[in-house]
Amino acid sequence: MLSRLKPTEEEVRLFSEQLSTILAYFDQLSEVDTTQVPPTAHALPVSNVFRPDEPHVPFGPDQALANAPRRDGDFFAVPKVLDQESA
Amino acid sequence: MTATLVEIRDAIRSRRTGAREWVEQAIAAIERLEPQLRALVSYDADRARKLAREVDERIARSQEVGPLAGAPLLVKDNICTRFGPTTCASKILENFQAPYDAHVVERLEAAGAIILGKTNLDEFAMGGSTENSAMGPTRNPWALDRVPGGSSGGSAAAVAAGMVPAALGSDTGGSIRQPASFCGITGLKPTYGRVSRYGLVAYGSSLDQIGPFARNVRDAALLLEIIAGHDSRDSTSVNSPVPRYTAALDTPLDGVRIGYAEEYFGEGLDPEVRQAVEAALDVYRSAGATVVPIHLPHTKYCIACYYLVATAEASSNLARYDGVHYGHRTAAPEDYIDVYCASRQEGFGPEVRRRIMLGTYALSSGYYDAYYLKALKVRTLIKQDFEQAFGQVDVIACPTAPTPPWVIGEKINDPLAMYLMDVYTVSANLAGIPGISIPCGFSGAGLPIGLQLLGPHFAEERLLRIAHEYQRHTDWHTRAPQIAAG
Repeated sequence: MLSRLKPTEEEVRLFSEQLSTILAYFDQLSEVDTTQVPPTAHALPVSNVFRPDEPHVPFGPDQALANAPRRDGDFFAVPKVLDQESA
Repeated sequence: MTATLVEIRDAIRSRRTGAREWVEQAIAAIERLEPQLRALVSYDADRARKLAREVDERIARSQEVGPLAGAPLLVKDNICTRFGPTTCASKILENFQAPYDAHVVERLEAAGAIILGKTNLDEFAMGGSTENSAMGPTRNPWALDRVPGGSSGGSAAAVAAGMVPAALGSDTGGSIRQPASFCGITGLKPTYGRVSRYGLVAYGSSLDQIGPFARNVRDAALLLEIIAGHDSRDSTSVNSPVPRYTAALDTPLDGVRIGYAEEYFGEGLDPEVRQAVEAALDVYRSAGATVVPIHLPHTKYCIACYYLVATAEASSNLARYDGVHYGHRTAAPEDYIDVYCASRQEGFGPEVRRRIMLGTYALSSGYYDAYYLKALKVRTLIKQDFEQAFGQVDVIACPTAPTPPWVIGEKINDPLAMYLMDVYTVSANLAGIPGISIPCGFSGAGLPIGLQLLGPHFAEERLLRIAHEYQRHTDWHTRAPQIAAG
């Protein structure tokens, strides 16, 4: 599932019901004629913001890893990603 | 405490009352009220006392201090601080310790303010009642069985109850204005880009904006002066000069045109709220303003448009909670995919998961055009409605929320009913315009009612001046709930 969640069966039932009601409400947008209307992704006409390309001191490993739930030396620890067949 | 920020500042600078005394007052109010209100996620009295002592020492030595020196404040717990945890009222960030301060925190502290702690919110700012908090709901100081509004409910309740004179919140679809209305205080959402979002945990990045809660418009103007301004670390922060908002407050109102959109006074509006807002318009008429009828024809589509844009952005922003880099990680994952799925399932509450699902759906191929892209086009029309209206009027006046605060638990099982309560606030975020909520009366049951004023992009100066004019003629903003008197 794209959301990367793990809903329980009970939740799947409840959420499907609630989300169908919400999506049905969203469907009213289809009555608006938008054939000549450009989309707005950003409310202000700000684009291509540049900053000087200057070196900064980034977080060191200890700061970057300070909140890591699992750490292995200077690395984030994760379970094995490649199994035997795909390895 | 019922003192305003300006009063506290003046008392400290003139050495009448030291910073330490104000901080002690705030701590005493927090200790007394917190068991009933649950407005805070965390607070650090020792750190505040130490900072207050430093301010008092500087003043004793006649050294220069900032414009907010010694003022005790609170910030919403989705704003990063190096001190204390930053939880977003979510289990997934329960133990998160931010490695840097948000831009607004740097600004407040540079101005000498003392941030006592972090306030409760709907998890990741998703909600309008503060009931979606993993820490439990905050209660409304005017009626403890009612919601304080949300998502910045903790900040609003803390200011209304007199824990602190002012606080910061964030507003993605009304999360400053609506709790300000529900708690009977002043709350301002600035123009998108006016205040840097650096260090604000992202929810809907094209909508989010940080702003002040205060007891009156003057204090809100003072806080905005300090937190507004360009910051290169937020590429959407706008590089335009910050006016001295407090200096413009006392300009008379003659000739001001206030827009009245009938779309904001239709079905679903509580009669007591309508009456209070219409009475506020009469106050403006007597003060020399003209009330002009205008139209915002796409108002009925704003909720659908907003919830598509906001949830799409949320689903993308919250993808970063992966159980690897920071935040909660499931104890025994089945495989590496399960690290993501189980950690997120365990860490996020139901409303956050609903919004992630909605947003993922709206962005998925096959539905993108019908939902997300369609919403972006309707967003253009909503924005154009305001552009046309502001060709005719200086500000638009309307209710902040369609009803007074509801009873805790009343709407929690009906997410759509909860979303519909945002009808008057979400349009400002979609259009990126500033909005302010100020108290304009009470319901028969004694619950606060808010008046909302909306202005064009970067018209905060005008908005604050017009809001301040109302407070010169009325005393709703001076009322405090019983609980504040102790």
